[in-house]
Amino acid sequence: MSIATAINQEATLATAPKLTMIEAINSALRLEMERDERVVMFGEDIGSNGGVFRVTDGLQTRFGPKRVFDTPLAESGIIGTAVGMAVAGLRPIPEIQFAGFSYVAFNQLASQAAHIRLRSGGLYACPMVVRAPYGGGVKTPEMHSESVEGLFMQTPGLKIVIPSSPYDAKGLLAAAVADPDPVIFLENIKMYRSFKQPVPTERYVLPLGQAAVIQEGTDLSVFAYGAMVKVAQDAAKSVHTQTGASIEIIDLRSIVPLDEETIVASVTKTGRAVVVHEAPRMGGLGAELVAIINENCLYSLLKPVLRVTGYDIPYPHAFLEDLYLPTPTRVAQAILDTLED
Amino acid sequence: MELATLNNLERTDKPYQILDLEGQLVSDAPTIAPTQLVAMHRWMWLTRMFSDKIVALQRQGRATTFGPLNGQEASAVGIAAPLLTQDWLGGSYREVGSYMVKGIAPRAFIHGLRGYPLNELYSPEAHCLPFQIVIATQMLHIVGIAMAEKIKGSDAIAVGVCGDGASSEGDFNEALNFAGVFKAPAVLVVVNNGWAISVPRRLQSAAPTFAARGVGFGMPGVLVDGNDVLAVYKTMSEAAARARAGDGPTLVECITYRTGAHTTADDPTRYVPREDVEYWKERDPLVRFRRYLFDRQLLDESGEKEMVAGIEAEINEAVQADEAETLPAADAVFDYAFQELTPRLERQRGEMRREIEAIEQQRLERGTH
Repeated sequence: MSIATAINQEATLATAPKLTMIEAINSALRLEMERDERVVMFGEDIGSNGGVFRVTDGLQTRFGPKRVFDTPLAESGIIGTAVGMAVAGLRPIPEIQFAGFSYVAFNQLASQAAHIRLRSGGLYACPMVVRAPYGGGVKTPEMHSESVEGLFMQTPGLKIVIPSSPYDAKGLLAAAVADPDPVIFLENIKMYRSFKQPVPTERYVLPLGQAAVIQEGTDLSVFAYGAMVKVAQDAAKSVHTQTGASIEIIDLRSIVPLDEETIVASVTKTGRAVVVHEAPRMGGLGAELVAIINENCLYSLLKPVLRVTGYDIPYPHAFLEDLYLPTPTRVAQAILDTLED
Repeated sequence: MELATLNNLERTDKPYQILDLEGQLVSDAPTIAPTQLVAMHRWMWLTRMFSDKIVALQRQGRATTFGPLNGQEASAVGIAAPLLTQDWLGGSYREVGSYMVKGIAPRAFIHGLRGYPLNELYSPEAHCLPFQIVIATQMLHIVGIAMAEKIKGSDAIAVGVCGDGASSEGDFNEALNFAGVFKAPAVLVVVNNGWAISVPRRLQSAAPTFAARGVGFGMPGVLVDGNDVLAVYKTMSEAAARARAGDGPTLVECITYRTGAHTTADDPTRYVPREDVEYWKERDPLVRFRRYLFDRQLLDESGEKEMVAGIEAEINEAVQADEAETLPAADAVFDYAFQELTPRLERQRGEMRREIEAIEQQRLERGTH
């Protein structure tokens, strides 16, 4: 980023309204629908109700029921018709009400949305953005708190974006809608209203596949995304207070494409790394990151890479979720263990 | 709008028929130009002969696993012949006959069935989805396409075709439900050929017909003799006109029979009763339509012989041309994960290229020794 751009951005941000993640996503959807009439949105309760979290509030009134509409309760139906709409030249943004319900639509995502480009020899593509709230911490019933990115990460042909802030959510969503391939856009439920941040009113794009260095450091790298970025920040702060260690925090922002260059550069510099995610440990992004580090900068490592993740159990009952989800305390302990010589 | 076929067929227990087994008219024939009638007969022959050719190629190791089309030629042609260029078609691997009628060249399928990705021979103007392996999923895509065409305000409709087995999948039912709720300009066709590999039709549903399901989704359901090309054609014309007029979707069930194996990897003698084969032999769709055409002097024996010889030459030429073609680079497959290669895929493509070069190098070395 040039200095002039940085100054401009700072000036814009100083006057920008403070928005929650919900408001930022709503603003992004509104702008995409205004600039591209091919964009249509549909799902369960997204019309007059504005979505169960109000992410699509006011959009049906603004753009009409032809472009923003409720569907029957059928997730495979929602994704399957979206595939057809994308093939026919629209830019659908279907919503799955909770990411845990995406299991019902998994076949349409994995064998259809992800395959149509290959199956048709490039004749047809599936440019769509599947929005789904994900993640735990708000004491929901069963199947409302899952982190499903690991499943989709093993499904070539799908991109996966998980923003960690209102500002990022708006810019990444613009990039996702412009993308020529299917994108799973996972919105963390706990972060929906947890904080506000200055978000420019106008449209801006944050490219997919570019991680953000949240804070620079020299002693250890923490990799996180979604709600875990804040957890990593809190953990790093407490470790820094205790030990004075200089900790680098990297927000991956998109899982596919993954910014491997930034990951490798960071670990090459610090020699120590901790990965944090809510999703189960087995075969998760943490495992992939450890493999990437092994393949690219093993000899820079001073200690084994640790993973702080959800456990390899079905997502537990509400009263247990504080033990299941990585906390700043758990992450801080992993950082301290990794810093020890 | 007034639709004779649909009105006639509010009862969904007796298949609608225009030609009886002797090729005699039992209902009013649709208005079709004589040249078009002969063309329909040719398409049926093309469907059968294409199928036989691919089976032969598979036996010689020149084609991959293939699902024969035999017995279903009248449904294949009757479904696609009334459609307009802008209309969409999505079916399973057994709908290749319909696809050829809609404008996909036989050679495009030969290329695919030899194990290669679809190439530019697969015409975009035909508006055909690549044929579907995960059966019933295409019915949702077709309904989505129909919804999109309605949103765009075009006059294109979309036709989804699946088998009796696919009707048991959730996606089939969700597709019919979405089509009904959104009044999608779609025609949804069940080609009931009696078998899902070895599972008989009676194990797919306890309902006497699939057509009767239409009412449960708020649309007309039509039962038609799927071995009567004129009956299928007329039903599809009217259902298509209904969709185009904005009156919503129609469910059509074509009763036919898969007289061949499920695929080249299947042995139907393990499960198909012998009497079934005899029963359906008498109902051969080509024989019935031939009688009709011969009776009206639209075609005669020598004309048909010439037709068959022409098709044989056409298919053989297509096979030869495709086998002579330079194969696509193996690593081109990386171009179809995403529109643009990610840095990760770029590296993996490099890995594959190195392996290809190593294999090439070994080949050269073997050649010199």
